[in-house]
Amino acid sequence: MNKVVSLVCGIIFGIGLVISEMINPEKVLGFLNIFRDWDPSLAFVMIGALVISTPIFHIFKNKNKPLFSTNFSVPTIKEIDKKLIIGSVFFGAGWGLIGLCPGPAITSIALLNMSSAIFVASMFSGFYIASKVN
Amino acid sequence: MNIVNFTPISALLGGLLIGFSVALFFILNGRMIGISGIASNFLVSKDRRVDNFLFLFGLILGPLVYKLISGKEINISISNSVILLIIAGVLVGFGTKLSSGCTSGHGISGISRFSLRSIIATITFMLIGILTVLIKGVL
Repeated sequence: MNKVVSLVCGIIFGIGLVISEMINPEKVLGFLNIFRDWDPSLAFVMIGALVISTPIFHIFKNKNKPLFSTNFSVPTIKEIDKKLIIGSVFFGAGWGLIGLCPGPAITSIALLNMSSAIFVASMFSGFYIASKVN
Repeated sequence: MNIVNFTPISALLGGLLIGFSVALFFILNGRMIGISGIASNFLVSKDRRVDNFLFLFGLILGPLVYKLISGKEINISISNSVILLIIAGVLVGFGTKLSSGCTSGHGISGISRFSLRSIIATITFMLIGILTVLIKGVL
């Protein structure tokens, strides 16, 4: 059953990225362009997501177990370290260069766009390099 | 600063769907969604590989299901500079793996949990993203 959930949640998430236009790099770059022609829309994507995910997380986190899995599993690291900051700086730079982050990048493969494909292949190379460095 | 192309309704609606997906995944499967984590683990780890694959496959089905239901086309505008795409892709992959999260993992799931790590990561990648766009516009 949890496999069906994975697939369905992926589809819902992907549709959310399409409707909110986060899948469109031009829209994302407009959001990051706050000093000139600013498109604040994507702040509303975040607000929309958080108003649902935040209460649900806090209501269910203390329950015994999820419906289709043996236990809840959330990240336990608390440390603010160099990896967190350096990684976020690299990510922000790449995000600002093209306007794609991992979710929209993978989702945009559906559009059979050559630029998206090159970006996604490079992103997976980046995952691989980082996993070897660690 | 001028406000342009502002689409708060569709942004909010899409955001609600994303939040719903995160909430559903947590209640049913017990994990908080982070797409860089799901994608990079799919690549390098055997653990839950099928689940991770199905989620990523679902993401790609998303636009197709949207087109089928709405009958609308999806238009995006993206750079066609191969060198820029490669540099940015590697930076995004490397950076999100190193910091264990991206816009979804830190920006949505982490902030939902009130994780200080995720709040700091989100502020950092947002500020650097803004700075990058600013510098790119000047060059």
